Amino acid sequence: MSVTKLGKFAVIGLSAAWLAGCSTTASDSDTSSMASEGSEASTSDSTYAAGEDGSLSSVIMDDQADAQQNADLLAGVATVFYFDFDKSIVRPEAREALAKHAQFLMDNPDARIVLEGHADERGTREYNMALGERRAKAIMRYLTIQGVAAAQIETVSFGEEVPVAFGHDASSWQLNRRVEVRYE
Amino acid sequence: MRKNILFALFVACITMALPVRAQLVIEITSGADQLLPIAVVPFGYSGTSPLPEDVAGIVESDLQRSGVFEAIPRENMLSLPNSSKNVFYRDWRLLKADYVLVGGVENNGNGTYRISYELLNVLTQSRVGKREALDVKPSNFRDAAHFISDKIYEQLTGIRGAFSTRILYVTSEGDRAAPTYKLQVADADGHRPQVIVSSKEPILSPSWSRDGRNIAYVMFRNRRPSIFIQELASGKQQQLTQFRGLNGAPAWSPDGKKLALVLSKDNNPEIYTLDIATRRLERMTNHYSIDTEPTWEPDGQGIIFTSDRGGNPQIYRLDVRTKNVERVTFEGNSNTRARMTPDGRYLVTVQKNDGNYHVALQDMNTGRVQILTETYLDESPSIAPNGSMVMYATSDRGKGILSVVSVDGLVKYRLPSAQGDVREPAWSPYFK
Repeated sequence: MSVTKLGKFAVIGLSAAWLAGCSTTASDSDTSSMASEGSEASTSDSTYAAGEDGSLSSVIMDDQADAQQNADLLAGVATVFYFDFDKSIVRPEAREALAKHAQFLMDNPDARIVLEGHADERGTREYNMALGERRAKAIMRYLTIQGVAAAQIETVSFGEEVPVAFGHDASSWQLNRRVEVRYE
Repeated sequence: MRKNILFALFVACITMALPVRAQLVIEITSGADQLLPIAVVPFGYSGTSPLPEDVAGIVESDLQRSGVFEAIPRENMLSLPNSSKNVFYRDWRLLKADYVLVGGVENNGNGTYRISYELLNVLTQSRVGKREALDVKPSNFRDAAHFISDKIYEQLTGIRGAFSTRILYVTSEGDRAAPTYKLQVADADGHRPQVIVSSKEPILSPSWSRDGRNIAYVMFRNRRPSIFIQELASGKQQQLTQFRGLNGAPAWSPDGKKLALVLSKDNNPEIYTLDIATRRLERMTNHYSIDTEPTWEPDGQGIIFTSDRGGNPQIYRLDVRTKNVERVTFEGNSNTRARMTPDGRYLVTVQKNDGNYHVALQDMNTGRVQILTETYLDESPSIAPNGSMVMYATSDRGKGILSVVSVDGLVKYRLPSAQGDVREPAWSPYFK
């Protein structure tokens, strides 16, 4: 994708504009994966766009940043992102942290991440494997749209097999519907 | 479970007269009205060395669970004959038994025992078939009992019994934040569990080959899923797939040559078939939605699978030859993880209605749908090879357990586990 080349000087705030370009010029597989979420996909598109605000635009890629600065940049940045039931829409509150991960990955082209998707216990197990992957891919798409090379990202789903909260109630389910960013 | 077996042995050692139900981990939660009353009389034994198992007790519990029989309690029996010669039919008429099973165990003196039995019809006061005898080693007493149950069930219903079958299931035990996952195999009544694979990473989706010799399952290694097949007798394990993304839901074809499975290597979860001998992979679905949870129709001509291509997850049928897809389920908010009865007549699914997940049965001829279960978070239904019962996973007070329901929904029982969460039962086919 041409977005990758632009990463170094792209202002994050531009990504919303790029998203529109992306969904029309992306390869067949990308198009189908966007479309895969049916109504969710259109919702998520508009969420990205509508949610772009001043605070995010102010995070500007630093071409000169060295590795140490990047590491500092990631200190304290969220690595777990949560989702609604049966949904794979990246929530607005995830954007700031994801922007920082995206910047780090663009500044460190050798860095590799695994996005580990998870689901809550409701629904069947293999369907939840697919749902966990869909969530991981939603995060991946968000990062690649910002300019991260797809080759730096792997998605894996654990379905409902590895919960972090063990209750059988809404609050536990919420904590389990997640994608974890793991640096390799 | 081990404790239960030790306890069972202990009970068998001290006396044969204790009611066997105390040892069994099966609990009938509801029953049908029109059950066939049968008295399974404790088998006679005059030896001095203790017997390894109470054969009649196992038969009684098998029949009781079948959804067809109602066992006359031992404590109500007026006499305990061990041969048709000393049966007083009047005693059994008083107890309203339609059938009586009598039998005996003799020590052959060469490390084996002879177990003989006769099935008697109380109404006609005659024997059903011949007096049968089996010579078995002590370690095969449970097999002998299940064999007898199979024979009686078939004689009285015309349907082959499924008591000698086995189940696969997955447990997770220990620290919940870092559990140990185990793939286990046990008798269909939950006894004699054996661990096949144990791992600190998830194991899921166990599936039997049609001859019952091989199994397939998904296991994570280095935080990524792979599909494995394994020969049960030798334990020989083969890793079949290790693609990027999903490697899931293996399902053996009826001819045993292929697995249907789910891969997302081409971006979306799609159904593929893998020829096990040639390793040739064929993509069967091509849709941007989730396609998963394949299972074969009994004749191998169709693959039934879950897809959310219509918005919510529902069950679809794929024609293996033409790859045409048609929707199969229409009732409920969603239907997932289907399995078909061996005669192709019924489809069981996990149906979601108002946030509740239950096992549903759809008649493929009439389209009529019946909800079979009313427990919490029901999933992974698996059908006995005679099509009579459905085993499924459910949750009881936060713990995963296995339950069974008859296809008519009238008889339900559960197999409580000793420890940890139990899930994903897969009922074996008939062996040989």
